[in-house]
Amino acid sequence: MASNLVSVPDSRGIVRDALAIGVATGAYALSFGAISITAGLNLLQTCALSALMFTGASQFALVGVVGSGGGVWAGVLTAGLLGSRNSLYAVRLASLLDLRAWRRPAASHFVIDETTAMAIARDEVAASRYAFWATGLSVFIFWNLGTLIGALVTHAIPNPRVLGLDAAPPAAYLALLAPRLRAREPLAIALAAAIVAVVLLPFVPAGLPLLVIAVLVSLYGLARGRP
Amino acid sequence: MWAGVLVACGVCYGLKLAGLSLPQRWLQDSRVQRTVPLIPVALLAALIATQTFATGRHLVLDVRAAGLAVAVVAVLLRAPFLVVVVAAAAATALLRLV
Repeated sequence: MASNLVSVPDSRGIVRDALAIGVATGAYALSFGAISITAGLNLLQTCALSALMFTGASQFALVGVVGSGGGVWAGVLTAGLLGSRNSLYAVRLASLLDLRAWRRPAASHFVIDETTAMAIARDEVAASRYAFWATGLSVFIFWNLGTLIGALVTHAIPNPRVLGLDAAPPAAYLALLAPRLRAREPLAIALAAAIVAVVLLPFVPAGLPLLVIAVLVSLYGLARGRP
Repeated sequence: MWAGVLVACGVCYGLKLAGLSLPQRWLQDSRVQRTVPLIPVALLAALIATQTFATGRHLVLDVRAAGLAVAVVAVLLRAPFLVVVVAAAAATALLRLV
């Protein structure tokens, strides 16, 4: 019985954490809304990305590539490649959440960095599930609200380039990348990828350097894993 | 633009759903588990480089590099996400005025 229920103090703590994470992601959604409008997407497209794609790095990459003149399909490719990590989060969550029927497609939408971190940090399965849904709902609400506000404000500015917003995507990528660089190997991979991208760029069509890098890093990862 | 937006949303949703739906052992392979997290690291780094040091297919060094330098400092100081982005944008905007 006890394992099916979340105790009151537990649930309060989870809701408090979920709200804090929601507010923090809402703040950075402001910058997503602003960058997306500056990149040339309209208000509805910007909000559609936050509501339907709902995974930060992919959203920033799509509008960043479009804004830098890389073309929309290169942006789609990059967003998809960046979204691949969510498949692994889903695998970790699948056994924890034990989803059936209609809940699986609904839960899929909430499979992101924040919900995964909150869910796997719990000791009990019931608390994990509660944390997953509470965080998902909180982040979804604040993420879309932040996007809308950021987009509306930027929409009202005649030329957002004056604010340097067109140059902001690399800072956003860096802020997303930094927490993943806590060991020597990812740092080396990041530097190598940056160099390969810059070297390839003048010689191949837009979007291709990123695909080449994704293939190279995958081959490296698979080869290294072999006993 | 709409087609790209909707296809990208569909792809990203599909990747999440696939992780919940595919047989667990496919994606629990240790090599897959170790490789997939490296993809965002490489791609984000490549995006930083190409969108800071290039315009179209031409390599250029301009005020965006200074914006990135400010972002690096902000990240090292453990500034929140929004502060990192705003600081980089503001630095770029100010340098363009000079």
